[in-house]
Amino acid sequence: MKKDGKLIATAAIVLVLLWSTTVFAISDAFRQNIYNPGLLKPTDSVLKVTVGEYAPDFSLPAVSGEKISLSQYRGKKNVVLSFVPAAWTPVCSDQWPGYNIVKDIFDRHDAVLLGITVDNIPTLFAWTNQMGALWFPVLSDFWPHGAVAGRYGVLRSDGTSERALFVIDKKGIIRYILVNDINKRPRLEKLVKELTGLQK
Amino acid sequence: MNAEIKTIPLVVVTGAIAVVLLYCLVFASTAPPQAGSVLPDTNLPVPGRTGERNYLGLEGGAYFKIPEIKAQVVIIEIFSMYCPYCQREAPEINRLYSIIDKSLDLKGKIKLVGIGAGNSPFEVQVFKEKYTVPFPLFSDEDFTLHKCFGEVRTPYFIGVKINDDGSHRIFYSKLGEFKGAEPFLGLMLQLSGLQ
Repeated sequence: MKKDGKLIATAAIVLVLLWSTTVFAISDAFRQNIYNPGLLKPTDSVLKVTVGEYAPDFSLPAVSGEKISLSQYRGKKNVVLSFVPAAWTPVCSDQWPGYNIVKDIFDRHDAVLLGITVDNIPTLFAWTNQMGALWFPVLSDFWPHGAVAGRYGVLRSDGTSERALFVIDKKGIIRYILVNDINKRPRLEKLVKELTGLQK
Repeated sequence: MNAEIKTIPLVVVTGAIAVVLLYCLVFASTAPPQAGSVLPDTNLPVPGRTGERNYLGLEGGAYFKIPEIKAQVVIIEIFSMYCPYCQREAPEINRLYSIIDKSLDLKGKIKLVGIGAGNSPFEVQVFKEKYTVPFPLFSDEDFTLHKCFGEVRTPYFIGVKINDDGSHRIFYSKLGEFKGAEPFLGLMLQLSGLQ
């Protein structure tokens, strides 16, 4: 009887593991153009920054053609950096479109959002067009490849970035870091909670 | 003997979990529910809002099954607040609700529900408020229902005909863009046999 119980428990664990392998619902907006890399190592880098220190400045090209520097927001806006691993992949394609309908939440907290990937501009152009018009800048950390992701410590060993969020206050100080399981989308409420905390 | 007493509940519980997960895995590994078939055996939480409970015709309890909704036809939209098409089509689906609500012939007979695939209750509420969605939306935070519905892309629509004897039959199951409130309603009426 005890042996049977162990067998069933093992079977249940296997089923639970199988159950947890797929954690996204792809929008039909991307049709059949999403490449599924499968289940990846949840995190694969070591952070090089910590909460409480100044966020390293950077300057990156945006899809819109302009160049955006973190320092241009110093003293003016709180900043959320949203690193996503790669264009045309399931969870990434399913993250920024959500942020696209909550501009009011960012506005309410006097914050801007900067989306960053290590993809090049043409790829980001095509990919973000599929999402519709995004209200926030999308920046390319393509060359030198992943330099900004590397500086923050969220560049993975395969050259993609982590799925990470950094909340930086108007003084330029990092107030929150989330390096999420790459296979899952971070809950919006976590970010909103941190933005709310900035006001206090 | 004591070991057996301790083991039996473990066996029962893990066995039950395994059966439920296996059931949905079978669904997930195959196609979404097809027209002519029945819905996967899933539970949704009874809404906390009185208006939504009344709309669905639910009297109480913690959970309900979709065929228990007091209606002749239920249209299920599997959506995500992160899905651009779901966002874009939300106003038109609200209009579908409004057309039904204003029709003396259809009000009460056709009801809409939304299931937010992978969306937390907070995220579902963001979507509901952003688009002022008038019908009940349910959170499927851990993709449990999404897996049972064959891991469809979004938005996905399922039309269910509920019979007087409590049985039901899916008459529409399709991915894709919503082509407008009137044509969609016409299709639902035709395929369900409601008109």
